[in-house]
Amino acid sequence: MNTHKILIIGAGPAGLETAHQLKSLGLTPIIIERSDKIGGHLAQWDRLFPSSDNAEELLERLKEQVKDVEIKLNSRINHIEKEGDIFHVTLSNNKTYDVSAIVVCTGFDLFKAEKKQEYGYGIYNNVITNAELEKYFKTHQDERIDEPKRIGFVHCVGSRDVKVNNTYCSKVCCATALKQACEIKDEFPDADVYCFYMDLRMFGKGYEDLYLKAQKDFDIKCVRGRVCEVSENIEGKLVIKAEDTLLGTPMKMTLDLLVLMCGMEKAEGVERIQNMLNIKSNSDGFIESRDIFTGLNLTKERGVFVAGACTSPKTLPETLAEARSAAIEVFKYLSIEL
Amino acid sequence: MIDFGFSISKSSHIKMDDVDLKLFNKLEALNPDIKTCMACGLCTATCTAGKFTDVSFRQIILMLQRGKEKEAVEKVKKCMMCGKCMLVCSRGINTRNILLSITRIYNEQNI
Repeated sequence: MNTHKILIIGAGPAGLETAHQLKSLGLTPIIIERSDKIGGHLAQWDRLFPSSDNAEELLERLKEQVKDVEIKLNSRINHIEKEGDIFHVTLSNNKTYDVSAIVVCTGFDLFKAEKKQEYGYGIYNNVITNAELEKYFKTHQDERIDEPKRIGFVHCVGSRDVKVNNTYCSKVCCATALKQACEIKDEFPDADVYCFYMDLRMFGKGYEDLYLKAQKDFDIKCVRGRVCEVSENIEGKLVIKAEDTLLGTPMKMTLDLLVLMCGMEKAEGVERIQNMLNIKSNSDGFIESRDIFTGLNLTKERGVFVAGACTSPKTLPETLAEARSAAIEVFKYLSIEL
Repeated sequence: MIDFGFSISKSSHIKMDDVDLKLFNKLEALNPDIKTCMACGLCTATCTAGKFTDVSFRQIILMLQRGKEKEAVEKVKKCMMCGKCMLVCSRGINTRNILLSITRIYNEQNI
């Protein structure tokens, strides 16, 4: 059994957890990662919803679990050839591996906020993204965040929007917005913080508590209406327009800082890997699982598995759970089917 | 009978049992995308006429479905047909066409 090598594409939470589980099952996982560091988006995050747990601590735990696993950073796949049930994989450094299974853990990209030009990202200085705010919480260095008195969060940026061809819900932005709203309020207690939402999808354990905490303890004000446009007034402040749909009235508001909750999109460059592995995309552009009930980690291609947000937007606990189930699927495949 | 000065207020309930959706169903058959509204409010937020009047595409559609046809048709009259709502709609609804359909269908019935 332990002669079997398994290639894991991506060193984010899904890849790390899959590798850890495969290793515990006595197999030999190899992780390849195109960037120069481990952790994916988790490495960019400061705290995690719903309870503001430390992201770095979680990443350290995940890293600790794979300390005996071979991880190739700055590596891309050049070529994959399947011979029987063996995949011959050639990396960008021309190193080759013969593996019995491949687990795709390529995750997601955050929606590029500049695509929604009406929100003024990259045009107006005080429009930032959720990822940039998270970076600020980590480093406290961002000159755009300068004692803001009024802060707005726009939910569903690049999600549930036919105009950018992303009709799905990104699932994590509602909770992230309220988490970040509480955190920035904590930092600037005199600021008024508004969240512009369409639906607050607080579906997970502790999310509704977070919503209640945001209202009760942090005085976060939620407005039901999608922001339609952002402009700048003569003083350089942001002016946003939305409808307060519960009141049925259009509204205008001046803000010092606007945070765009960018949703999840399929990761760039994954199509190339999909073509090499002969696996298709689903209707949202993510990788298609064999079936969403009993074959979530499987693809239509024998020996090719998937885990995490490469198949659809997912929370971290879901991603990690899926990584563990992927490891079982791989184990089952290698011990029974091969 | 002695008049004590009391009267019964008219109910403000929408009586869904009495709402006749015949015309709305006709409108819907012509414009199936009308069903996909998720009430995000973009159409109303961006509406130039809505800044000065009570026109709101989102509300018009809802009113027609709740039997408030007269009020809805009154609102439609304030639309300037600029089409901005069509540009912003998250669901890609052909709002302009729907407004024209409303005018046609409901005007035929003198509503």
